[in-house]
This record gives sequence, structure tokens and C-alpha cells, in this order.
Amino acid sequence: MNKNRPVNLDISTIKLPAPALVSILHRISGVVLFAVVALLLCMLDSSLESEQGFNKVAAFFTSVPAKLVLWASLAALIYHLVAGVRHLIMDLGVGESLEGGRRGAVIVLVLSVVLILLAGVLVW
Amino acid sequence: MVKAVTGFGRSGLYDWFIQRVSAVVLVAYTLFIVGFIFLSKDFGYASWSALFEQRWVRVFSLVALISTLAHAWIGLWSVVTDYLTNRMMGGKATVLRILVEVLLGAVAVFYAVWGFEILWGV
Repeated sequence: MNKNRPVNLDISTIKLPAPALVSILHRISGVVLFAVVALLLCMLDSSLESEQGFNKVAAFFTSVPAKLVLWASLAALIYHLVAGVRHLIMDLGVGESLEGGRRGAVIVLVLSVVLILLAGVLVW
Repeated sequence: MVKAVTGFGRSGLYDWFIQRVSAVVLVAYTLFIVGFIFLSKDFGYASWSALFEQRWVRVFSLVALISTLAHAWIGLWSVVTDYLTNRMMGGKATVLRILVEVLLGAVAVFYAVWGFEILWGV
């Protein structure tokens, strides 16, 4: 293997068309979600422990900073799920062309924004 | 050819397959939990704890947690392999990458044990 192949993975010099934006956000949301698992386990633990524990979790999420954390976590989950479903659909051979890839990426971005806003309404 | 010694499924093909299967499990579990919360008439401690008293829900939850960890391992492996590279930071990148992977692996094991303890109540 030629070790001196030219490479450019310097993200700061790469333009981000919609499919690239979808891809990098998929990675960022994935990393965020790995940390969010701790929050989910914490919530599951308290909520199943006792009625007081359940109410404590519910009460905790009445404060604005807690709501923001919850909304951000839901946003990461929603985005990662929508972008992941696009991957599964593309694995079935749908939308694999250059134009299909672009269209799929735009659909992912629009659909996620709508669902994330909806989740925000539900959190508040 | 470089051997992916820190990969999850020992090969890219297995990693790809595990990534997809776990993704489908996680979509199903997410819809299940979200659906339960929205469709139950009086969502509260009673209905929530009754849900998790059923063995199949605990098993489904544990399968979802294990899917999360396998899925995350493959994803995080791709991320650290792409960004913590020798090209970007010299020979020490390999050491750093292994350290990060060990740390992430420890967190994954911790999550798994914790989740099991919650679901089967200690």
C-alpha cells in the first residue's frame, strides 16, 4: 500500500453539502446519545424504584434547565433515528443515486426539525 | 491488510450487519416506549411499573440495551478511528485511541451491569 497517498479529511477545508451535513450530525448525535444512556438509566432506575422515585423524576423535569437537557437528548435521539432509517432505506437500494442522496438528506433534515420542534412542544 | 482488532464483529461485514440489526431493534423499542407513554390513558407509576413487571418487557429492554452498546461500540470505533489518527497527531494517536476505546468499553460494561440491576431489581 502506498503510504503517501494524498488525503484530505480536514473537515474545516471541506464544504458541507446536505448529505455531508446529515452524516456529520449523525456521528455527533451518536456520540451524544452514548452519554445520554446514563441519563436514561438514571431515570429508569428512579422511576421503577418507588412511586416517590417516579414522582421525583417527573418533578425534576419541571425546571427549565432540566427541560432543556431532556429536549436536547430527545433531539439527538430523533435526529439519529431519522438519519438511521435513511441508512436502512438506502441499504434496500432506495435513493442511492447522487440526486437521491441529496433529496434523502434534505428530507432527513426537514423531518428531524419538525419532529424535534414537536418534541419541544411536548416537553413544555 | 490491516486487522480491525478493536472492531466489534471482527470484520467490517459483521460490523455492518450488527449495526443494522441493532438499529432495527432500537427503532422498535423506541416506538414501543414512546407509544406506551402516549397511548396509556393514565400514565403514571402504576402503569409504568406494571409494564416492567412483565418478563418480556424486561427481556426486550435488556435486548435494547445490549443493542445500544453493540451499536455504539461500532459507531464510536468508526469515529475514533477516523479522528484519532497517526496522520493527525503522530504515533501517540494509537496509544490515545486504545485508551479511549478501553474507557468507552468500561463505560459500556458499566451500563450493561447497571441496566441489568435496574431491570431485575436488586
